[in-house]
Amino acid sequence: MNEVLIRGARLYGEGEPVDVLVADGVIAGIGAPGVATVPEGAEVIEAAGQVLLPGFVDLHTHLREPGREDTETIETGSSAAALGGYTAVFAMANTDPVADNAVVVEHVWRRGREIGLVDVHPVGAVTAGLAGERLAELGTMAKSAAGVRMFSDDGHCVADPLIMRRALEYSTALGTVVAQHAEEPRLTVGAQAHEGERASRLGYTGWPSSAEESIVARDCVLARHAGARLHVCHVSTTGTVDVLAWAKGLGVDVSAEVTPHHLLLTDERLATYDPINKVNPPLRTEADAERMRQALADGVVDCVATDHAPHAVQDKDCEWAAARPGMLGLQTALSIVAETMVRPGLLDWRGVARVMSERPAEIAGLPDQGRPLAEGEPANLVLIDPDAEWTVHGAELASLAGNTPYEGMRLPAVVSATLLRGRITAREGKIG
Amino acid sequence: MRHLLTTEGLAADDATALLDTADELKRTLLGREVRKLPTLRGRTVVTMFYENSTRTRVSFEIAGKWMSADVINVSASGSSVGKGESLRDTALTLAAAGADCVIARHPASGAAHRLAGWLAEAGTSVVNAGDGTHEHPTQALLDAATLRERLGGLKDRRIAIVGDVLHSRVARSNVHLLATLGAEVVLVAPPTLLPVGVRSWPVTVSHDLDAELPALDAVMMLRVQAERMHGAFFPSAREYSIAYGLNEARLRLLPEDAVVLHPGPMLRGMEIGSAVADAPRSAITEQVRNGVHVRMAVLYHLLAGDGADRD
Repeated sequence: MNEVLIRGARLYGEGEPVDVLVADGVIAGIGAPGVATVPEGAEVIEAAGQVLLPGFVDLHTHLREPGREDTETIETGSSAAALGGYTAVFAMANTDPVADNAVVVEHVWRRGREIGLVDVHPVGAVTAGLAGERLAELGTMAKSAAGVRMFSDDGHCVADPLIMRRALEYSTALGTVVAQHAEEPRLTVGAQAHEGERASRLGYTGWPSSAEESIVARDCVLARHAGARLHVCHVSTTGTVDVLAWAKGLGVDVSAEVTPHHLLLTDERLATYDPINKVNPPLRTEADAERMRQALADGVVDCVATDHAPHAVQDKDCEWAAARPGMLGLQTALSIVAETMVRPGLLDWRGVARVMSERPAEIAGLPDQGRPLAEGEPANLVLIDPDAEWTVHGAELASLAGNTPYEGMRLPAVVSATLLRGRITAREGKIG
Repeated sequence: MRHLLTTEGLAADDATALLDTADELKRTLLGREVRKLPTLRGRTVVTMFYENSTRTRVSFEIAGKWMSADVINVSASGSSVGKGESLRDTALTLAAAGADCVIARHPASGAAHRLAGWLAEAGTSVVNAGDGTHEHPTQALLDAATLRERLGGLKDRRIAIVGDVLHSRVARSNVHLLATLGAEVVLVAPPTLLPVGVRSWPVTVSHDLDAELPALDAVMMLRVQAERMHGAFFPSAREYSIAYGLNEARLRLLPEDAVVLHPGPMLRGMEIGSAVADAPRSAITEQVRNGVHVRMAVLYHLLAGDGADRD
């Protein structure tokens, strides 16, 4: 049987190094270094004091298959995920055709299984064709082989309050969660960048914070009345954090994610007019980014999600208004979290496990992800060298597209190995 | 100077040099039967307009021709743009075909910056002839030239810009240039037509045109599209006109020697009364006339200034 010995890892970056034996897809034993006998044929990973965490779970990934296989496929996206330390990703529904029916979600799920580098969980659309007008067949998708656990029209807001109310109510019977892309469409007609001093001066049509906050507030109220679970995608504004804190205080069953880019980058980048920095929701102010980091540390924002969004060169190397919004994220997420949260002391490695693995697994209801590092638990693991640094080059990332806003940046923390159910999916920057 | 993309960041010395050159060119050409200088002979200038325009395109074309440059006009319709060619490819094509200077108008803010980046290798100069709601630097330069001429200078002069500042590249370029040249700028508009964060600009802000008029040296009226009422920027064209239009009664509140400007195209009866537009204190046709000289000056500084290095 497939056995791996991780020698001298520090669990959650705490305490003395231990040896972790992985067999039959689970953690078979944890013990003092050198005590365990190395089974014959076992693969040995010399951890040398590196940090071992449960494998990461990304609630927000765009894998582009079916429809835009020129920018990413389930295979290349799975590689990027494994190299980034992920053992499960949620593939958003805005493909072509849209993942609003059992056929498409089962295709995505099956391709993920065939490739086998990361658990690919398709997100189902909330409304047919992402059009916001009538519900997609949520129950059929939930009960399909893909076992859809999360629904979202991401890229579009479920703007109609009646449709959103019904989606929340309906999903209570399915045990699923509705993830909202919070963007009031009437307040963001033609919007190109965060509405603020910089966008005004540079002539960008503004995307006001209130367009996010008003939808989050409305949806929290709707979720409360429906007794439903709401997840808020990519929160980006100070006001949204205030609304979330208020709703959680009332006991609303709401969770929220923040992207790595909203933790680090700001609308200062608008001055370049380079659409590599164009994303939706837009990069906001330093004060907003600061608040995102604080809210993630405090738990008001539950987790990190990448919003990994590959785009072709021609859709980025153009004038800003013509460019598609979005940026790569799977292979840089850990490093951005290390840079923005771990280095300043806002999170320790146990905290990283919480925001990148445990909470997202709980939110999506994955029973075998985000589990404790303990004997008998599934061996979905990531080993991190916290002291190593690397320089980001879009062309070297596993994604077919190369649209990273971190090009040329030197960042901390490197994934040494990723294990999915005991099998090594990535090691030292290479697949398998 | 390699490109002219914005007036923001344009140094006072550079701006003044451009305006002085424009004055000199105007004097040189005054009364000449043949209005043609040989300065840019052998240079190729391409205008690339992705939006409709009468005065700006024609003004640049005349400016180039009076300087003896070869001027070629490309518009979005009737070119490969209509076949889906990207802005980048169109620009690289024009540069490869030998354009020394590309004069671009585009609906996307920042388009001129992007062009300058793509054309860096080719060494082609870029003039921003209006990018989205960002800037329109030659308009601000011709406004400054007109105001200098009428007022004798800009230092400490009080100038109001009235109307749809939010959507106006003319307003942005004027705010920066006028502030750089030492003028006091007042923006007058309903709150819905002022950009977020406008209070960080080097201006004062007012919603009361009547209160501002008596202290002004010049008033610049911006075009206000009646369709803006569909975005609820104001209730009706009528209400806008009553509150912010420069009609004859309001004209009497202005000091006698104050100047009225409008970048055009005007909507007579909306933001400006017909009689006001045609009044002697209106400098609207002078603005157009000065536009040619200012654009000649810009082409001169971009294409002839360092000619020795380029050849």
